[in-house]
Amino acid sequence: MVPKELKYSKSHEWVKQEGNNVVIGITDYAQEELGDIVFVELPKIGRQLKQQESFGVAESVKAVSDLFSPVSGKVVAINETVGKQPELVNKEPYTGGWMIKVEIAAAGELTGLMSAEAYEKLINEGSK
Amino acid sequence: MEKLIFEYHSQSTAYVPGSETAARKKYIPAEYLAAEELVLPQAAEQDVIRHFTALSRLNFSVDTGFYPLGSCTMKYNPKVNESVADLDGLAGIHPYAPEDCVQGALALIYELEGFLKEVSGFAGMTLQPAAGAHGEITGILLIKAYHQQHHPEQKRTVILVPDTAHGTNPASAALAGYQVRQVKSDSQGDIDLEDLRQNLGPDVAALMLTNPNTLGLFEKNILEVSRLVHDNGALLYGDGANFNALLGLVKPAELGFDIMHFNLHKTFSTPHGGGGPGAGAVGTNNELIPFLPIPRVNKKGNKYSWDYQQKDSIGKVRSCYGNFLIAVRAYAYFLALGAEGIAKVGRQSILNANYLMHKLENYFPRPYPRLCMHEFVMTPHHDWEVSTLDIAKRIIDYGFHPPTIYFPLIVHEAMMIEPTETETKETMDAFAAALVRIAAEASREPELLKKAPQNSPVGRIDEARAGRQLILKYEKRRDAR
Repeated sequence: MVPKELKYSKSHEWVKQEGNNVVIGITDYAQEELGDIVFVELPKIGRQLKQQESFGVAESVKAVSDLFSPVSGKVVAINETVGKQPELVNKEPYTGGWMIKVEIAAAGELTGLMSAEAYEKLINEGSK
Repeated sequence: MEKLIFEYHSQSTAYVPGSETAARKKYIPAEYLAAEELVLPQAAEQDVIRHFTALSRLNFSVDTGFYPLGSCTMKYNPKVNESVADLDGLAGIHPYAPEDCVQGALALIYELEGFLKEVSGFAGMTLQPAAGAHGEITGILLIKAYHQQHHPEQKRTVILVPDTAHGTNPASAALAGYQVRQVKSDSQGDIDLEDLRQNLGPDVAALMLTNPNTLGLFEKNILEVSRLVHDNGALLYGDGANFNALLGLVKPAELGFDIMHFNLHKTFSTPHGGGGPGAGAVGTNNELIPFLPIPRVNKKGNKYSWDYQQKDSIGKVRSCYGNFLIAVRAYAYFLALGAEGIAKVGRQSILNANYLMHKLENYFPRPYPRLCMHEFVMTPHHDWEVSTLDIAKRIIDYGFHPPTIYFPLIVHEAMMIEPTETETKETMDAFAAALVRIAAEASREPELLKKAPQNSPVGRIDEARAGRQLILKYEKRRDAR
């Protein structure tokens, strides 16, 4: 499940543009690989993120993984519901399981992200 | 299943806390008194004994069965070590006793440091850190102190960690204030030299490397890795969690490691029990000695003393001198094996792992089909409808402890198996036979695995729910009675 309208990072985050902001979460493939997620740690609102910087942590029954920001910018919102119900990331990775909203600092970074087709190719190669 | 201690009740023998309330009120100001009575167990003494005995019988340990937990080196803990650690002259001494009264204890620390230096090739050693990860942070602080003193103008803010590393490596680096950058593994399972070159720069303080790595493979380019790191002005940190494979065969200092921690509870046979106490001795090259934690034990003539006068030391990392009685056990292990015995440990652990790997290789695929060191990694077959977790749970039904699973992270559905040198061929044969049966079940009757374990006190635990709804303390359910 790779929605066509989103952009993707190599570290399995998705990005959805909303004006000057982007919404960020992890992909269906990422949640499937992690298994049942039991804890999600998100940054404070107002934090400045650099591209590829870790913005939080997702802990599953298998592993603890860093979450990486596909873009640079300021965190303007976090999904507090995910903090209380981490299973939302497993159930609705692209909707209710979103993680943070970031005000984009460098719009050019968006064009460097992968399309749905390119991401689909990446995960098909990875899961051989 | 044994009930909770809180669920034992006895009208006749119950101790009733609160009966001295009047006295408490007399001496303790009201604002410091708890508003509610504490909920304490109300069990009779006999029931307390029965409760904890019952729990101990539900436990699984190296003393009850085969425990091939990869990277944990669950070897036999010799019982003679316990007798030695129980001697009055060692168990009964006070950490602040005058040096003259505890010369034997100081000699033991000094000599154990010497034994560890001998097997590792390092010039300096401290026994102070209380666990492996504690040894890691100590080592990283030594690296920081070294760079600050030798070239304070440089900004070395990054520690490189391979993608196969134990999770404690990036955690230790981050705790010491470093940024962590990951280095990839190549198709052979070794650290990718090209990626290492790309990542090495003027900002790199050290590379943390485990050898053998967590795939159970000897980093065959270690000398080149060491050269690249040192040419860059960085230090090479060794994670000694897998040192058992090298014991008696290879001295890490000779491979180019500048610093390394040693888990006494892995390689040197002290217990892992109850999560501790452990000991994470740290060995260093000559240049790092001035930064080692204080106090250091000195020997002049036949007299031992504590030396606090090291101006460049990073200070204390633990109260007193570390977990002394763990050091005593490791010392006993060295003496029992002697130089001849120690020389066989690594060799035998490698032989055992390869024997077990060979017995299983036609049944379970291996991502990196090379000779292994003291442990190996395998996976379920692609066409089986079971996961590694299902296999691990089924292993419990056959009376063995499951291996480490889902680690290292770069192997999909990994199972990491470490038999250690202390297991007999017969035990490994029995384990292999169980896994061969489980492989057959996995392809013919996967339901058996999905429902496992069936022969244990509790069945399949809902790990996700346990993680999401943490209940960390007993709460009395008033409606329960």
